[in-house]
Amino acid sequence: MSSKVETVRRAGISTESKTMFGFWLYLMTDCILFASLFATFIVLRGGTFGGPSSSELFDMPFVLTETLILLTSSFICGLAILAARHGSKRQVILGLSATAALGLVFLGMELTEFTQLVSEGHGWQTNAFLSAFFTLVGTHGAHIAVGLLWAGVLLWRLIKSDMTDALVKKVTLFALFWHFLDVVWIFIFTIVYLMGVI
Amino acid sequence: MASVKTYVTGFALSVALTLLAYQAVVGHWFSEVGLIAFVMGLAVVQLVVQLVFFLHLGSESKPRWNLISFLFMFLVLVIIVGGSLWIMANLNYNMMMTPEQMDEYMMKQSNKGF
Repeated sequence: MSSKVETVRRAGISTESKTMFGFWLYLMTDCILFASLFATFIVLRGGTFGGPSSSELFDMPFVLTETLILLTSSFICGLAILAARHGSKRQVILGLSATAALGLVFLGMELTEFTQLVSEGHGWQTNAFLSAFFTLVGTHGAHIAVGLLWAGVLLWRLIKSDMTDALVKKVTLFALFWHFLDVVWIFIFTIVYLMGVI
Repeated sequence: MASVKTYVTGFALSVALTLLAYQAVVGHWFSEVGLIAFVMGLAVVQLVVQLVFFLHLGSESKPRWNLISFLFMFLVLVIIVGGSLWIMANLNYNMMMTPEQMDEYMMKQSNKGF
């Protein structure tokens, strides 16, 4: 860790750590939102109303690819943060672009899965299981979409202006959000997809 | 503290855990109950890995408000998820119906247009 970072941290400890903590609390409340959607999904997952169950609907290699793409995106986002703390603007822009590009691929794959399910007659209004599925996975996808917008705004500001401490803080908050979305996806992958085909 | 090494470690562990869980399910390594316990266990391990290596939970200095708020959130989460499953698992019993009777009842209700 460079000494420059340490001085920045010590100087800005009160406001920076307060902002980080406030954002952390938002993430914790978002966890509760996802927890209630997970509870709903687990209760309703058997309610297929005579329709196909999850093991007949899910394309597992496709979902595994999705999972690894989001994981890589989260990892590169972490590297972008390290670059931001070292003050390397070019690397931050590069890292953040790669993060957003992978996130876009992930969202595209998710929407492909959704459109395929709906076009085959397995939309959210079909049965309780599919309603719960689309709500849970769709809410995660909506978070990803918001994250992509956020990343876009950050990239625009990074390209237009110099790297200030305030901007580094904003990039750090985005990284926290992005890592959090990957953590939620671990459980969607496990509970919705893996347990769906067991 | 965060460094390239912690991110690479976290990434490698997460990829390994994901692939392990995937292989176990696709390859039918255990019985149904065994597999559910196994993949849930792996998911919790990956949760801890990402919390430590990506979100740096636990490396903050005292008082550890991030950790405390996380633990409180976890308590609420367990109550919501565990409580919902507990109630719903006993729902048919408490309504004096078997799951089959309940299905039949719900089919009948939906035919009426509810």
